[in-house]
Amino acid sequence: MRSLRAAILIACVFAAWQLLFWYAGSNALTSPLDTMAYLGELLSSPRFYPHLIETAKAFAAALAIAISAGILIGFTLGLYRFAADVGEPVLVALYSIPKLTLYPIVLLAFGIGMPAKIAFGAIHGIMPIAIFALGAVRNLNPVYLKAARVMRLSPSRIAARVLLPAAIPEIFTGIRIGFSLTLIGTLLGEMFASQRGLGYLLIQAIGLHNVRMIMALTLLLVVIAVTASALLLAVDRRLRRNMLGTN
Amino acid sequence: MTPVHVALRGVTRVFPASAAQREVKALGPIDLDLRTAEFFVVVGPSGCGKSTLLEIIAGLSTATAGTVTLEGKPVAGEVPEGIGVVFQEDASFPWLNVTDNIAFGLRQTALDKAEIGRRVEHALRLMGLTEFAAAYPVQLSGGMRQRVCLARTLVQKPRVILLDEPFGALDQQTRFLMGDELLRLWRESGATVMLITHSLDEAAMLADRIGVMSARPGRMLEIIETGWGEERGSRVVATPRFGEITARLWELLRDESQRAMTGAP
Amino acid sequence: MTPGQVRLALAAALVLLLEGLSRFGFIDRFAMIPPSEILWHLGKILIVGEMWPAIVKTLTNVAVACVAAIVVGVILGTLIHAWRSLRETLDPLFAAYYAIPVYAFYPLFIVIFGLGDFPQVLIGFMLGLVAVIVNTLNGLDRVPRVLLKTARIQRLGPLATALKVTLPYAVPYIFTGIKLAVAYSFIGVIGAELIMSRTGLGYEIGYAYNNFDNAVMYPLIVFVLTVAATVNTMFFLWEKKMLARRRK
Repeated sequence: MRSLRAAILIACVFAAWQLLFWYAGSNALTSPLDTMAYLGELLSSPRFYPHLIETAKAFAAALAIAISAGILIGFTLGLYRFAADVGEPVLVALYSIPKLTLYPIVLLAFGIGMPAKIAFGAIHGIMPIAIFALGAVRNLNPVYLKAARVMRLSPSRIAARVLLPAAIPEIFTGIRIGFSLTLIGTLLGEMFASQRGLGYLLIQAIGLHNVRMIMALTLLLVVIAVTASALLLAVDRRLRRNMLGTN
Repeated sequence: MTPVHVALRGVTRVFPASAAQREVKALGPIDLDLRTAEFFVVVGPSGCGKSTLLEIIAGLSTATAGTVTLEGKPVAGEVPEGIGVVFQEDASFPWLNVTDNIAFGLRQTALDKAEIGRRVEHALRLMGLTEFAAAYPVQLSGGMRQRVCLARTLVQKPRVILLDEPFGALDQQTRFLMGDELLRLWRESGATVMLITHSLDEAAMLADRIGVMSARPGRMLEIIETGWGEERGSRVVATPRFGEITARLWELLRDESQRAMTGAP
Repeated sequence: MTPGQVRLALAAALVLLLEGLSRFGFIDRFAMIPPSEILWHLGKILIVGEMWPAIVKTLTNVAVACVAAIVVGVILGTLIHAWRSLRETLDPLFAAYYAIPVYAFYPLFIVIFGLGDFPQVLIGFMLGLVAVIVNTLNGLDRVPRVLLKTARIQRLGPLATALKVTLPYAVPYIFTGIKLAVAYSFIGVIGAELIMSRTGLGYEIGYAYNNFDNAVMYPLIVFVLTVAATVNTMFFLWEKKMLARRRK
């Protein structure tokens, strides 16, 4: 039943797209079929791949930074009450500001190129991960800590063998959200700070009013993002199901 | 005169004033001796500090005043070796299956794998969990999860076992049966047991001695000797002695419970 | 020291550090001007007034996007909540929604709707809408059955139940969505302005950047960040207060 609904949903999206195309004309959009055909062409063209790889590299680096720094910050704030009282409002404020306004500053600091893109991606992803890691520590069932102390575990063992496994589902939700945001951030970075990559191709296409390219790239990005998100969601659900009984 | 296993003298616990509340005297002063290998039950109205008392004896929190000694050595701030605790809430780790849960504490020590395996095997059989050895807590009922926690405690062969309303979430009939099981485990382990409960029936049918606590700040009102021998648990529920004990308990606790309910000082 | 004081102290220390590094030449003027100058220029910009049209435009767009997202979101959320199979069909869309790089649609919007304010507002609206819907659904889910049964026993009709029982109970959770809509409206509108608009604060920042005009760029960035952070923090604290009444 679930896959039927998903199929209906996708069909509706495509139908709406087609209708929009008929309404707005080929100057504004390309039809679903045209777009997919063009995307197929791009994907089989050898000049396209370097851009894809460039984006992938930047994204991977940004994500790695976002995850490690995010968990570190979140755990530190979670374990030290005063640090949390000071730092949490800052995290929340940073999360909610339009980070795109920081791009001039990032560019001035890192120059054009890979570091700027990675920085931009990481900035976007770090917040939700930190916020969820903090939440995970906070929401840790206190009885687990007590039980661990009764078993006379040292603090580092408690952190590794009890805190971390218990916190994984919640951290993972943060990573799932951070994943999407890091992707968006990396793309934005590429739009302004690079001569290579999918973001660069996009902004070039915008400038040249290359509607076919814009739509094909958008489709590609949406497909990648949605697929990755669906996979992560499945893992997230799996993790939560194992813990569901006691929460 | 049976040797004293755990001794409390003048134990008091005061929670200091904070932004949220005034200073609260939660417990004490308490003088209490737990005799070696006895089954001691603490009853009292809500909020009287029973759980606080248990945590202080276990070394999970520190008394504001007074001393606690276990086998002659003082207990303060750190959980001493040889103590096991079963909490009211389910403390089984959801990310481990039953076997790994039970083995968890042992695996953190230097004990060799074969011995760990033997003890876990024994505990599974003892608690009737053998067919659930590979199951995860989320697949088990509340009662079974408490059995896992109990098993996890027992494999470490503690000499003192503290239980904080372990059957609180279970229905009455299951509680009766679990009480009998607890007695069986107590006899087998030879440990000193202190059980906290709010059920007067449970106290009356299981204990060697019952410590009755007053409303907050909890102090020991009276210690009742039940006089039970081998024969106790659900089998003595119909005896006159059981009725006497529960009557006495209610007599002591009626006013205290009233005070706890209305929050009168 | 209270947490607030510590934050203030840390912020002050950071500003002093930047001031020092700038003034003593460790930070190139080309990259950044000293904080004191940034503030000075900000004051000038606000008083002289030539930026005010841009400021008003941006803030108006943000407000419109936000209010639209909230109103439409709550209504849609309530409707979807009532229609079970629709909800189940849309569920994967909601889950995947925030993975989609919405900015990528911006050029399409411009082509379809022209170069006015609408594309920016639409992006802000689109970003905030699903957050409101999801949180409205969550809030309505959380209304305990027992309250609904009580309403039936009191013989309240569906509309009265919705207004007197369901919505009041769900409000704190819906408010989480409102808080997010505020944040996303800022992010959507200003981000879109930066990418491709001809008016608004986002555009002005980009323009100043391209013209190496640090004296305009930095003050504007500071202004945008301050306004966004303040408004969002206000909503965050408000939400916290609401939810505090619910937690034990």
